[in-house]
Amino acid sequence: MALAEVREITGKPPAAETPAALDTFPKLLLDHAARRGSRPALREKDYGIWQSWNWADSARAIGDFAAGLAALGFKRGDKLAVIGDNRPRLYWAITAAQCLGGVPVPVYQNAVASEMQFVLDHAEVRFAVAEDQEQVDKLLSVKDKLPLLEAIVFDDSRGLRHYARADLLSYEDVRQKGRDFAAAHEGFFAREVAKGKGSDLAIILYTSGTTGVPKGVMLTYDNVIRTVRNSVAFDRLTEKDEVLCYLPMAWVGDHIFSFAQSYVAGFCMSCPESGATAMTDLCELGPTYFFAPPRIWETILTQVMIRIEDSSWIKRKLFHYFMALARRVGGNLLDGKPVSLKDRVLYAIGGVLIYGPLKNVLGMSRIRVAYTAGEAIGPDLFTFFRSLGINIKQLYGMTEAAVFLCMQPDGEVKSNTVGKPIREVEIKIAENGEVLYRGPGVFAGYYRNPEATAETKRPDGWTHSGDAGFFGDDGHLRIIDRAKDVGRLNDGTLFGPKFIENKLKFFPFISEAVAFGAGRDFVAAIINIDAEAVGNWAEKRGIATASYQELAAHEAVYDLVADCVAQVNRDLAAEPHLAGAQIGRFLILHKELDADDGELTRTRKVRRRIIGERFKSLVDALYSDEKTARIETEVVFEDGRKGTMRATLKIRDARKSQPLRKAG
Amino acid sequence: MSGGKRIGEPILEIRSISLSFGGVRALAEVSLEIRAHEVLAIIGPNGAGKTSMLNVINGFYHPQEGTITFKGRARRQMRPHEAAAQGIARTFQNVALFRGMTTLDNIMTGRLLKMRRNFLWQALHWGPALTEELEHRAFVEHIIDFLEIEAIRKTPVGQLPYGLQKRVELGRALAMEPELLLLDEPMAGMNVEEKEDMSRFILDVNDEFGTTIALIEHDMGVVMDISDRVVVLDYGCKIADGTPDDVRADAAVIDAYLGVAHDA
Repeated sequence: MALAEVREITGKPPAAETPAALDTFPKLLLDHAARRGSRPALREKDYGIWQSWNWADSARAIGDFAAGLAALGFKRGDKLAVIGDNRPRLYWAITAAQCLGGVPVPVYQNAVASEMQFVLDHAEVRFAVAEDQEQVDKLLSVKDKLPLLEAIVFDDSRGLRHYARADLLSYEDVRQKGRDFAAAHEGFFAREVAKGKGSDLAIILYTSGTTGVPKGVMLTYDNVIRTVRNSVAFDRLTEKDEVLCYLPMAWVGDHIFSFAQSYVAGFCMSCPESGATAMTDLCELGPTYFFAPPRIWETILTQVMIRIEDSSWIKRKLFHYFMALARRVGGNLLDGKPVSLKDRVLYAIGGVLIYGPLKNVLGMSRIRVAYTAGEAIGPDLFTFFRSLGINIKQLYGMTEAAVFLCMQPDGEVKSNTVGKPIREVEIKIAENGEVLYRGPGVFAGYYRNPEATAETKRPDGWTHSGDAGFFGDDGHLRIIDRAKDVGRLNDGTLFGPKFIENKLKFFPFISEAVAFGAGRDFVAAIINIDAEAVGNWAEKRGIATASYQELAAHEAVYDLVADCVAQVNRDLAAEPHLAGAQIGRFLILHKELDADDGELTRTRKVRRRIIGERFKSLVDALYSDEKTARIETEVVFEDGRKGTMRATLKIRDARKSQPLRKAG
Repeated sequence: MSGGKRIGEPILEIRSISLSFGGVRALAEVSLEIRAHEVLAIIGPNGAGKTSMLNVINGFYHPQEGTITFKGRARRQMRPHEAAAQGIARTFQNVALFRGMTTLDNIMTGRLLKMRRNFLWQALHWGPALTEELEHRAFVEHIIDFLEIEAIRKTPVGQLPYGLQKRVELGRALAMEPELLLLDEPMAGMNVEEKEDMSRFILDVNDEFGTTIALIEHDMGVVMDISDRVVVLDYGCKIADGTPDDVRADAAVIDAYLGVAHDA
């Protein structure tokens, strides 16, 4: 088995060393202010107009605010919490704290007061900058329990007029204090900035943490700046690029893709008017560089499809004709692969009629590079955007690595990989399939949590990602699941349940899937059909059913799902590492998995262990020779009453594909 | 537009107003005053004369008897546009917006009385007319920001849910920079969340701009929460006038309006 071998891919020669003079964000700020002072640094849509500040304005604003913080007593090493939507003043506050040798701690703006209290307490925050009354109220409600918190600075004064408190100051007050302080302390700002060095702590980012309490990831300037320099070089980002800063400031995605890359490449960050207007603002701005998790790409696609279905007959026909063409040739054109002259001409016509106007409406006419990361993205979704000529790529990274570990180079983009290790990053696959890495971005540690740090950063010099994956023959990394969820079949084949479940769920007919296989001879799956999609499908074919249970048990629906499963098996067969983990048998469940019955979490993730217990008789039957399985389950109705559901479910053998084993 | 909540002298005094439609007596010798910077609620059962009272205040109905003194000037009769010019703005029980126009354009119509250029200049959209429009647009943008309706700026109001339409209507009234704002059932037909939002906006308007507000509302919880003073009408007569707590305890009010409580 290819997995027994530990495969190591070593990065290319290291990048040119960071110039010593520009090893912190404050130094980069002053450099931009000197070299491209009149170029825009920040924009915000406010009162219906894009207001902008150039690098010189930004440097002044940051200098004032930093001096103001110093006047309040902010010292080197102090923490500054930053809470709110993406706003220029909050971004300035981050750099201002860094100018003074302090550490910004951005906090998720939708966190409830008790969660904020945890982070502020754990990070030993002395000062906080909050966007508005909502955030101030949350902070004030827990301030008694935060003895270290001395002052709160607010950006938007609305509703705060009558809060007469000495520990509550407006942003403008602090700036004014800063101007006075700077007048009294000649050269203070420049001296403080010069004291910073690359090995200092740049930021603490708290990971939301699906299990247990949040952990504060400490990143140094070297971590962030060196990694970001490599990524900027990788995609040739320049000061002329445009981004929209719409992701939460506390998330590493925003911190790296908006803040850090802007400071390194010198491009302008644009803040939307409000969360609700982000898509409209995107359209007006027309960014050249865009990062979004799969969920957002999906939302965009859904909106397009809804509007197309509502449009006139001729538009709909044109759309579907040209999208079919685009799916066939668009991706190849983007990758520079050969395409026939006829198709090129047709694609150009489609560009004028459909692709161009569509991209314009989405605000994606100017996108040069776009990324998706964080979760698996469906191939249809991925192909849709690429076929339009939008260069969406995947990357792999995490907060603990200052994001970038693997990225897809242009021309090597696929929906099922996360790319190749970038410059200076080394990646190794451990015996158990876990992805281990080394590189300049490896974090300094979890703040005040040495046990967790030791678990992740091991003495052998490798950092454990917690993800399981493998390298394909093309040198691209593929992530299959969280390492702790990955098991092996009896023949030793690696089995990532989520990987297979995701592949099944990419079909619109399948709403949920649960795969079993660890310690078994083959993979078996319990499948939930999507009531609406399958219901429509059945209606169009004149299949009449009275209930979900009846629909789920229908022979034609089983055929439909069997085709989906066979397609998944074909995909798995194409990967030598996974060919052995094809689905052997499956059944369609008679009821929808439900959070009320404890089968899903509230965020709709399957609870594999609980499902395994509840439906034990089904799982046993899947691994026997039976053609049917009987099941009796207790269900909780919407009003809280309980009842039992009995059913006899059919079990199907799935069609498997021949593995495509390549020589070598 | 200086803020601060200091309830001041009466800005509007109504003395013994009577209003009849043929044989129907809508209002009978009602007197009340509205004081600067307060939030006054007018409540009462259906047909008590609440909307008639608002219509009298903004000059839409002309009472047969009594006087109205607004900012020291007594009047018997006034036309609605004169009331508007003097600083009285209102919203309506059933939304009265221009459904085909966008949120922005609807609110801009609230600025019409403030515009000095005639429509020919405006049609030219050049020179002084353009400068003027830019000023008004900037003002309207502040209202859009204040009411948090940026996302629907360019949406025709006919497509908006009811709660947002009510907010746009409030925006249009605010565009007139009123001293006295009349709200006719601003929360009718709203769900709890929309009511909470609207309550917050009403209080914020009162707090930030110091606008005096008189409102009609049926939701007692909202009325008791946001008003400084409550006036109760029943069959065209005023039966109580005082703080929410006083009114809640008033036997005549319980009798007329809250019904069964004192029987129990």
